[in-house]
Amino acid sequence: MRYLPLTPSDRQAMLGVIGAKSIDDLFCDVPGQARLDGPIRGLPNHASEMAVERHFSELARQNMTASHHPFFLGAGAYKHHVPASVDHIIQRGEFLTAYTPYQPEIAQGTLQMLFEFQTQVARLFGCDVANASMYDGSTACWEAIGMAGRITKRTKALLSSGLHPHYVSVAKTMAQYTGDTLDTSLPELSAQTDSARLLAAIDGETSCVVVQYPDILGRIEDLSAIAAKAHEHGALLIAVVTEPVALGAIKAPGDMGADIVVGEGQSLGVGLQFGGPYVGLFACKEKFVRQMPGRLCGETVDAQGKRGFVLTLSTREQHIRREKATSNICTNSGLCALAFSVHLTLLGEKGLRGLAQLNHALAVQAADRLSQIAGVELVNDSFFNEFTLKLPTDARPVVRALADRKILGGVSLGRLYPGAAALRNGLLVAVTETATQEDVETFAAALQEILA
Amino acid sequence: MNSINQSGWKPEMGNAGDTAPATYTGNKALMLEEALIFEIGTAGTTGVDLADAPQVAARLGNLERHRDIGLPGLSEPETVRHYTRLSRQNYAIDLGFFPLGSCTMKHNPRLNEKVARMAGFADVHPLQPVETVQGALAVIHELAHWLITLTGMKVVAMSPKAGAHGELCGILAIRAALTARGDARSVILCPESAHGTNPATAAFAGYAVENIPATSEGRVDLAALKARLGPDVAGVMITNPNTCGLFERDMREISDAVHAAGGYVYCDGANFNAIVGRVRPGDLGVDAMHINLHKTFSTPHGGGGPGSGPVVLSEALAPYAPLPFVTQDNDQYRLVEEETANACHPDSFGRMIAFHGQMGMFTRALSYIMSHGADGLRQVAEDAVLNANYILRSLQDVLEAPFAHSGPCMHEALFSDNGMAEGFSTLDIAKGLIDEGYHPMTVYFPLVVHGAMLVEPTETESKATLDQFIGALRNVAGRAKAGDPSLKSAPHHAPRRRLDETQAARKPVLVWREPEQAVAAE
Repeated sequence: MRYLPLTPSDRQAMLGVIGAKSIDDLFCDVPGQARLDGPIRGLPNHASEMAVERHFSELARQNMTASHHPFFLGAGAYKHHVPASVDHIIQRGEFLTAYTPYQPEIAQGTLQMLFEFQTQVARLFGCDVANASMYDGSTACWEAIGMAGRITKRTKALLSSGLHPHYVSVAKTMAQYTGDTLDTSLPELSAQTDSARLLAAIDGETSCVVVQYPDILGRIEDLSAIAAKAHEHGALLIAVVTEPVALGAIKAPGDMGADIVVGEGQSLGVGLQFGGPYVGLFACKEKFVRQMPGRLCGETVDAQGKRGFVLTLSTREQHIRREKATSNICTNSGLCALAFSVHLTLLGEKGLRGLAQLNHALAVQAADRLSQIAGVELVNDSFFNEFTLKLPTDARPVVRALADRKILGGVSLGRLYPGAAALRNGLLVAVTETATQEDVETFAAALQEILA
Repeated sequence: MNSINQSGWKPEMGNAGDTAPATYTGNKALMLEEALIFEIGTAGTTGVDLADAPQVAARLGNLERHRDIGLPGLSEPETVRHYTRLSRQNYAIDLGFFPLGSCTMKHNPRLNEKVARMAGFADVHPLQPVETVQGALAVIHELAHWLITLTGMKVVAMSPKAGAHGELCGILAIRAALTARGDARSVILCPESAHGTNPATAAFAGYAVENIPATSEGRVDLAALKARLGPDVAGVMITNPNTCGLFERDMREISDAVHAAGGYVYCDGANFNAIVGRVRPGDLGVDAMHINLHKTFSTPHGGGGPGSGPVVLSEALAPYAPLPFVTQDNDQYRLVEEETANACHPDSFGRMIAFHGQMGMFTRALSYIMSHGADGLRQVAEDAVLNANYILRSLQDVLEAPFAHSGPCMHEALFSDNGMAEGFSTLDIAKGLIDEGYHPMTVYFPLVVHGAMLVEPTETESKATLDQFIGALRNVAGRAKAGDPSLKSAPHHAPRRRLDETQAARKPVLVWREPEQAVAAE
């Protein structure tokens, strides 16, 4: 077995040092009835690299890949071009095969990278501080609601109808157990968000208002009024960003008064990966830092006065505080945070702004082209790189019919909101720098034909 | 001229005894200092060439971001060099022995990296029509099958994103099962030796946490546990093999007692590596257990994640498993999400994450399982246990091994710092090992032993590696016993000396600020 270096004679010699006759002696504490003596049922013996690779190639071929077809899906996961050097860097063994940096003297690489990542995320979101990452956007969103509860000592969270429905589901799951109440509603196929509902509902019992920006239908709106009303009543504003590239073009939520800004960092560096691993982003105002969940990296000095970095404020965390911790989170998403950070370093301010501009311009052109099709209506007044079309029919079979023509033509709202009749004609379309004009034409022609 | 050497070149050994002067750059040959991107990059630099955006009228709702974001850019060569330099300040399994107890730092096969990056898995969107992702769903289904088979359980929830997230999944399933039968219980019992995530998880799910004491052998005190069981106890969270490195012999009896009292058994599967292929937790009466794919099935730890923590569930908890999950009908794979859950899985406690789980970890773990096969997986557990016992017995004369009398250890060997010279402790031994070229073992955990040192060698280390480590640890322990003052200032040869963690926590600096701004803030 290629991964196991001990030889039969090593094993014999080691048993001799231990004073055991056979390996079974070392498992003597396992009760007889729990020992598995035979082979594992149905599992063949070890396989060569070639055999394993062949099996996976076979399965990989059965999937329609984003890069080889006209592709317009978004809804919380976006296809962007990832520079080749990103994957090269994250495959360096010193990053790939390191552990959480518990011994800082020999983990400065990971720690400095996390410090840079935290700074990048804080600046992108317009916040004072950020943590070293969470599992994904949906869990970061839930953790933010929990954090707002700890800060305000209130349990009523007001969720915008524009929040990703899966993020809402995650929050609902957790709220069943924590005693939080969530005020939610379904979005409408309209250019108007539900900010009027939110403004009316904020009161002295509200712990937080949670608003996605751009929202699930792609709409963008100024958060300042909601922030002001929330603050007036002692509540916090949590902004959720599922497409961080947008912040190269539009105002940062922190600059509009958001207290906590969380997001999904998958767009930069990470890739689609069928949903995971992704990387949760979490930033907030400095005054709330001790209520933050997750790992934090901080600057300090070593015994000779040289700058260095360590994990810090760990008295918030489970390995110290146990049942009193701010979260049970242990692992974060370190390698994906590295990919995010490398991609953002390659882009820089200039590149991110250029990328955002390109995404927006291509999306505007595509929205205009697609809404020329008879019966197709553009729902949004404003959007970044994703918008909603209202089709004259249920969008789900349309998406399947497009897939039959080898076009991955967006996400139907019926998939995201099963059972919501008023939404089922909605089709979410994301257009990034990876979509060519030819892709848009192919998509438009097929859509026209299917709807005819 | 009778020499062909006209350059004046002459080999010279220099003087070996010279003391090293400080260098102009602060670098030491291959040990290179690296500034922050904020100090070397500029807003106008980019390492990405983009097409020009077509001219259109913006539809950004008048929310254009005009203010500078403050993101420095680097060209591609500068970027590659920056991160390559940083990488060289990290210790990693690829570089050397990493015996971090409870963390299972084993070799990460590169084949797994290759398959995870196949476009069919890495370049598909989670919301594509299921007809277009049959191969990806097949991977999830196949891995789920082997996880169920290896643990002897009923179903597996694949979506949890890490071990602690898996714990939460298991505890929520227990809570849902209790709620379904109208039984509001309020307490979860955890041994004192538990990972910190166990009590944190139980508290997060709304339970009060109580400790179960351990016997002098380092195992759960069965009599004390039985005495505490009652109608308020929702369940127990037990790590097996436990964090002292011992197999909980009474596990079946513990499970039976908990079940008889109406509770459920959660097993922390962080240490499954020691028993994979030899013991099925389902045969021990476990109701829920998470499996850290990044430990037992060797997906890379990546400097702190991403991990993956699927949870196997017993028949009693299966109806409450979270969404989504993959099923198979006549060669077609389906994804059960909110839409179809009412028809086939109405009691699910809900969704834990946005999409379907850590696909990138699933491919790697399945590749690992297939590569090892039935014979290899069994050998994994055997070699992991053999290596740990070899370390235990080779060091117990120089380091106190508090549970050495309790029988063989499983995959990790536990020592304490009793017997060191006045003022010398586990921390000094750990830092001394850094100078010897090792990543230290887990220190000060579990909490039940003074100055705990938990050594987990894993099965992917050779006897020669273990022998050298044993020699090094004997030497460092000897220095700690003798009170060698140079050990107090170790490490001497790492990129940094000991770091001031107190200052970091007292005045947290969590983001970089321009120097003038930093001064102004003070």
